[in-house]
Amino acid sequence: MLVEGIKSRPVYGGIAIDPFARRHIFALEGEGALALLDQKPALTATMLNRSEVLYVAAGPKGLDHDLALAALKPDRFWQGPTIETLLFRLRGSLSAATMSTRLYISGREGFIGQCMQVATDMGMDFSSIPTEHRGSLARRVQCVHCKGITDDVRTSPFKCSHCGLNLLVRDHYSRRLGAFQGVNVDAEEPGTAPQAEELFA
Amino acid sequence: MAIVFRQETFRDDFTYRNSPGNIRRFPFPFDRDEYMYSVNMEPHVRGQAGTVYESLIDVDEHYVAEMQDRALVLKEDPLRYQALPHMMAAQWDTLELLMEEQAAGYPEHFTLIRNGDRWRWINRPLGIDDTFTFGDRSTLPYDPFEYITRQAQGDFCIVDQRDGNLWMDAGMVTTQADWSLDFDIGMNFMEWHGPVPLAHQIGVFDRALKFLLNLQLGKPTRRFNWTMTINPRLDTSPENYHKWGPDRTTVTPDNVGEKVHLRVELQSLWRLPRSNAILFVIRCYLISMNELVTVPKWARRLHRVLKTLPPELVDYKGLTRYRDNTIAWLSKHDDGAPTSPGIFPD
Repeated sequence: MLVEGIKSRPVYGGIAIDPFARRHIFALEGEGALALLDQKPALTATMLNRSEVLYVAAGPKGLDHDLALAALKPDRFWQGPTIETLLFRLRGSLSAATMSTRLYISGREGFIGQCMQVATDMGMDFSSIPTEHRGSLARRVQCVHCKGITDDVRTSPFKCSHCGLNLLVRDHYSRRLGAFQGVNVDAEEPGTAPQAEELFA
Repeated sequence: MAIVFRQETFRDDFTYRNSPGNIRRFPFPFDRDEYMYSVNMEPHVRGQAGTVYESLIDVDEHYVAEMQDRALVLKEDPLRYQALPHMMAAQWDTLELLMEEQAAGYPEHFTLIRNGDRWRWINRPLGIDDTFTFGDRSTLPYDPFEYITRQAQGDFCIVDQRDGNLWMDAGMVTTQADWSLDFDIGMNFMEWHGPVPLAHQIGVFDRALKFLLNLQLGKPTRRFNWTMTINPRLDTSPENYHKWGPDRTTVTPDNVGEKVHLRVELQSLWRLPRSNAILFVIRCYLISMNELVTVPKWARRLHRVLKTLPPELVDYKGLTRYRDNTIAWLSKHDDGAPTSPGIFPD
């Protein structure tokens, strides 16, 4: 599904529920809800009683999965209006978390990256956090020149939403920033940027 | 013998030049007439006088000017220096190593006096005489790593070793060949080398990582890397690519000699004693084509290397726009005679 062979890009191995965890926190965005809903047959009452589900719908065409998630009857279900509010809530949940808590993240790559930043900032090891990519291939990109981040980039090149330079989206990913790298495509001869191509639909 | 430090610039009017003596000691990186990636590592041991191996941390006539250029870069963009919080022990390790090596190699320019934890550091070329407590951050004007790398030529990365991998967790990077510390900090060895073409497939990074994980204290290792740069510009960062990128369009058949520079990195890797991290020194040397062809062997060899360079490397190193002009210019200095083995001038 994703472009293969980008060494710096995380591997999204799936969010199969860990039966040994005492607490499960799911951070889900848009179609990421399906990564949990697809496991429904295997979810026991004990698991769900120990689960906190944080959800945000994605984009205009995102199917809303809030009812289906709530119907799982987890210990807590919370739905936020934006990714930003979810990240705030996630920070709160993690700051109160105890040993043996497992965090799971699923959604678009930019969402996974931002949740991962919250978790690693709080001292969690990224390799202990299961992730699953669901939804579009749109990329979160940092402009290497002005450092501004543009979300939901579907084309390359694209215009940096901060400094306005035409950026080529490189296949180089920073987990710390939760973003791909954007580099000015017509730096050598300004005005010669190629047509934008929709590469990350 | 005391080094005479040059007053020169690496930007704007580009007054950087190598003296004839410095040309002879330039670390020409090609030991044969073609180039491909390899795990080209060898022990970093002292070599002959008149080469860059004379001291293990090399100081040359460009020292003062390079430190001034670093200060300018940091003023514009402080993120060129970064260190993650767990790297403090490695920072002190690095300060110790660079002070000791510079003082040992150039006693007329640098002096380190230790009295228990009270250290006095005298850096005559930069007019510094500081006394501080080793291990106490508050006794220095900067982080120890930033403090000493504002006084040492080359870029510096400290890589932490854990989980069978190396992690880029601190750096002072102002003279880089187009990579971003701010983007790459925190990455592991495979991740930060992600964009390099061909080398992953031929297993270079697997072998290099295995080798480095076993690097021993007191046995540093070294290798060369190289690219080309238009004008003697140290700061060819991706951050400023939109400022220096246009230089690549300015090369004409008539100005190759002064504009086009071979940029060589002498990379040395050192195990650090307290932190078990590795200090990765990326020392950059620049030489114009006019200067390079004063050594006939190098002129012949560089001409042949550029002619046979794989297209992926031409692209990755950013040579595409000026490679043909450079080859044509160098061809006038290549009579087809065989070249002697090794990197040194005949």
